[in-house]
Amino acid sequence: MDFERHAYDVVVVGAGGAGLRAAIAAHEAGARTAVVCKSLLGKAHTVMAEGGIAAAMGNAWPEDGWRVHFRDTMRGGKMLNHWRMAQLHAQEAPDRVRELEDWGALFDRTPDGLISQRDFGGHRFARLAHVGDRTGLELIRTLQQRTVALGVDVFMECTVTRLLTDDEGVTGAFGYWRESGRFVAWEAPSVVLATGGIGKAYKVTSNSWEYTGDGHSLALQAGAGLVNMEFVQFHPTGMVWPPSVRGILVTESVRGDGGVLRNSAGNRFMFDYIPDYFRKETAETEDEADRWYDDKKNNRRPPELLPRDEVARAINSEVKAGRGSPHGGVFLDIASRRPAEYVRRRLPSMYHQFKELADVDITAEAMEVGPTCHYVMGGVEVDPDTAAAGVPGLFAAGEVAGGMHGSNRLGGNSLSDLLVFGRRAGAAAAEHAAKRSGLVALAEEALTDAARAALAPFEREGGENPYTVQQDLQQTMHDLVGIIRTAPEMEQALTRIAALRERVAALSVEGHRQYNPGWHLALDLPHLLVVSECIARAALEREESRGGHTRDDFPAADPEWGRTNLVCSRAADGAVTVARRPLPQMPPELAEVFEEAP
Amino acid sequence: MTATAPRGTGAVTPGRGDGGPAPRRATIAARTLRTDRWWVQPLVTVVVLVLFIAYSSFRAFQNAYYHAEPYISPFYSPCITTRCEGDSFPEFFTGPAWISPALYILVLPLGIRLTCYYYRKAYYRSFWLSPPACAVAEPHRRYTGETRLPLVGQNVHRYFLYAALVFNVILFYEAVRGFRDETGEWGHMGLGTLVLLVNAVLLFLYSISCHSCRHIVGGRLNDFSEHPLRYRAWTWVSRLNARHMQYAWTSLFAVAFADFYVLLLATDTIQDVRFF
Amino acid sequence: MTEPGEPSLGGTDDGRGSGAGSGGGGGYDATFRVWRGDASGGDLQTFTVPVNEGEVVLDVIHRLQATQAGDLAVRWNCKAGKCGSCSAEVNGRPRLMCLTRMSTFAEDETVTVTPLRTFPVIRDLVTDVSYNYEKAAQIPAFTPRPRDPDGNHRMQQVDVDRPQEFRKCIECFLCQDTCHVIRDHEDNKRAFAGPRFLIRLAELEMHPLDVRDRRDAAQDEFGLGYCNITKCCSEVCPEGIHLTDNGIIPLKERVADRRYDPLTWLGSKIGRRRPS
Ligand code: SF4
Ligand code: SF4
Ligand code: FES
Ligand code: FES
Repeated sequence: MDFERHAYDVVVVGAGGAGLRAAIAAHEAGARTAVVCKSLLGKAHTVMAEGGIAAAMGNAWPEDGWRVHFRDTMRGGKMLNHWRMAQLHAQEAPDRVRELEDWGALFDRTPDGLISQRDFGGHRFARLAHVGDRTGLELIRTLQQRTVALGVDVFMECTVTRLLTDDEGVTGAFGYWRESGRFVAWEAPSVVLATGGIGKAYKVTSNSWEYTGDGHSLALQAGAGLVNMEFVQFHPTGMVWPPSVRGILVTESVRGDGGVLRNSAGNRFMFDYIPDYFRKETAETEDEADRWYDDKKNNRRPPELLPRDEVARAINSEVKAGRGSPHGGVFLDIASRRPAEYVRRRLPSMYHQFKELADVDITAEAMEVGPTCHYVMGGVEVDPDTAAAGVPGLFAAGEVAGGMHGSNRLGGNSLSDLLVFGRRAGAAAAEHAAKRSGLVALAEEALTDAARAALAPFEREGGENPYTVQQDLQQTMHDLVGIIRTAPEMEQALTRIAALRERVAALSVEGHRQYNPGWHLALDLPHLLVVSECIARAALEREESRGGHTRDDFPAADPEWGRTNLVCSRAADGAVTVARRPLPQMPPELAEVFEEAP
Repeated sequence: MTATAPRGTGAVTPGRGDGGPAPRRATIAARTLRTDRWWVQPLVTVVVLVLFIAYSSFRAFQNAYYHAEPYISPFYSPCITTRCEGDSFPEFFTGPAWISPALYILVLPLGIRLTCYYYRKAYYRSFWLSPPACAVAEPHRRYTGETRLPLVGQNVHRYFLYAALVFNVILFYEAVRGFRDETGEWGHMGLGTLVLLVNAVLLFLYSISCHSCRHIVGGRLNDFSEHPLRYRAWTWVSRLNARHMQYAWTSLFAVAFADFYVLLLATDTIQDVRFF
Repeated sequence: MTEPGEPSLGGTDDGRGSGAGSGGGGGYDATFRVWRGDASGGDLQTFTVPVNEGEVVLDVIHRLQATQAGDLAVRWNCKAGKCGSCSAEVNGRPRLMCLTRMSTFAEDETVTVTPLRTFPVIRDLVTDVSYNYEKAAQIPAFTPRPRDPDGNHRMQQVDVDRPQEFRKCIECFLCQDTCHVIRDHEDNKRAFAGPRFLIRLAELEMHPLDVRDRRDAAQDEFGLGYCNITKCCSEVCPEGIHLTDNGIIPLKERVADRRYDPLTWLGSKIGRRRPS
């Protein structure tokens, strides 16, 4: 078959924060670099990030430092994080933020003219560098403009459907132009996956259509392992009304800036849900909590700012107990607590979002919010220093990589994760490519096979439409592998997923190859199915509750499981298998951090 | 041929992958699919401006009834020839009697309004239909905007602003003169005084809220923090600037009304209302 | 922001908006006309489609896709007005489909959805916006002054406020679509970068750290002079950016400083003003 072909040293799949940062790093290391992305450049899901970039720069609190950030991250992840990733992340984040300023980013300032830092759930000190509540947009635009200024090639609206490998590792990738439906192949010794998450496996999610777990699935198929897949973060505050915007994120900064959660009786119920683990640093009374906003030294944090998993579960219980808001959420109230002017200045895009989408004025009334699938902690198992996956030449950074956040991610740690590991992945990919350049070639049969697979949905007739199958999958995951899980439900989910797999294999699409969303979805669905299966299998295996994984039948954390990782991989026959692996142990010098006074 | 630009240029394109000829626009015949009454706005602008131009030209050429002690019509102020009605200032020269003294000065107020960023918008849209309304096709085949003569001349707007500021001072001076009675004694105030005062104030607000003014007082700086006073001035002018359109219209009506009021007094149609 | 008294194109106030959540709930069947086709031609096709309470136009398009036209091409990502992907023209007005609530239409009103007119159509509602990416790549890159000795950049909030407004841009290209300079004159695309990139230039010009002068380029390479400040870009911007008042006009003034104002030019030669 005749394809459009390109040769590069490094191909980056995904143009969110991690992908662009990786491309910049690879380019600067001298590699011929291409970025391939499903959407237009600058539309990636990173734009949705609101709160900020966590980095212990110490601008607001000189006491802050990487050790404190490291400890917060590990504790937020219930100690299941890969210690080395958490360490690198905490150490390098400040430099990654400063370098954005050299590329034109304009963060909000402190009175001394430094980058202003804001409070966020789970962080001991105010440390999120931010721009109002549109930090993600600033990040992606800065990286986008830098990428363009450097002259990196970008393949926009182009989807990768296969990774190509030989015995030595990665040889390239295969995909199609969304616009024309034509195929394209890249020959490259290094591929960086930066495809983001899997949110579209769930019915209520803050994620966009792009989040179909492509990178997770591609890595699995290429032979890499996926770690921590059972940990899915449900953000506590997504919009619940109107139905069409259900799941869209309401930033945590609303709470950081004074918003509180109330149930239908008007109570600040979070005080009833403070876990022992965080009791020491959480306020006990509303008075103390309210004083904290102005005097952080002598007061403890309001319970609304507990890590996301705690808050999401609390909201879930309130709603289940019948104390929810009219549309099945709880109230998030900033209107009665802060002046309208303050709200508009600090949270402009939230104000805008509620006004435009729900016709709610958040300076006058409370918002209705509920949990929404937001982030998958799990992802490709990588080497912390190089972001290299188990397959030579394959790298992964950002949400698609696992290990960094353990069982639960702190807000703000995602953007810093993108930058720190995006750069590491790009640099390592360039280095690997330098060693392998000229030694890779694309196998013709593999290309023909990939093309045939991609066209299959057109060949079949009378099959189901892909949208229905996707809806059924989302419903299954929502009902059976959601925030609260039990063994029988997950077993049922696995049966349903198996049935869905057959339906996907029989799908057919109408129309032709040119910009055909039905076809695109049909090609994304297998990815979505395989990640859903990984989540369900790992979740069934882990018989404890921890972070983003809550088992009704095993409600407590189990220290034994606290030392165990679950790794999904693909067996020779294509089935997903789950294996237990010991969690890498941190060296004693680092363990001391947890003894230090806060 | 690839759908990405060659390395080094940094150009990026959504892929077509076929290297074919540039695809074309959607075939939609209608000039606009807007369903609202988009033509109302330009129509109103045309009507109001045409009325104003007709009235002001008539009055400027009329060369009479622009003075009714102690008031002078803003169209004729400052009255710079010796042939002016009343004892006006500054009597620079004596022109032919048939030339109305208004004509010597009107070019400046006309200039600021012609080159004003707001009025440009208003007349480009309503008179030149370029465009008549947003997302409504304009009727011209070619368009070069303000890139060449004469329209590139709009860039001298700031000089008209400087002139307008001088006029603002004069108009205040004339309004203050309205606190004298017909005999020149201070301590008088009539409705005419108020009319002239309001006119002077609105015209001043119009000038001070000007985009060029905003630029000059501080907008051209990149380091506000080093110039706290200019920053304050800029914030202040910026606030007024947001209402520049309103000042543009109200001051236009005020000028016409002030002139009309003087006309009524000068023709003895009405008597001035005396406050004290 | 739309000026009072003018028909609004981008705002929410078109007089009919009753707001989601109000009224009797419940769905109804709406009539939609959607442009379907590609570069070789196409037409408006009529659909009857159910609409539920609280939905936006994009929801209805998705319903069409899921139930009646599986291959209906549409771009979208965030569904929250943050990514700028879902740009189209709804009843002739450039809008984000995800921010256009169905409650702003009467139940018996036909809703017409067409692709952006200014760009070549790829298929159905999807257009080829590469023009914008090409212009973006031509803008001289950000060039910062060196960091302070301690490795930080210091800037005051008052100095970053202005460029921050422009950095809110979500690159929906609605302003580019509505700008008559290129909407009605394909041949101007070569010489004119469009409002989105004029404010990008303004952003860089006002950036406290940037040391490059882009004023000549703004005029000569990016066609600042083509803009006749008719403000359609400001009217459609879903982010409420004041493109003309805060970006394009100040940029024109800065260019005037350099090009069209002998006094400022002289001043800068003598070195009283900011060196350029
Ligand atoms: S104001 Fe200028 S840039 Fe904006 S739409 Fe009008 S002509 Fe285009
Ligand atoms: S300036 Fe406004 S209208 Fe133009 S691209 Fe940016 S967000 Fe869209
Ligand atoms: S007078 Fe209108 S902009 Fe200067
Ligand atoms: S889908 Fe992102 S702006 Fe509409």
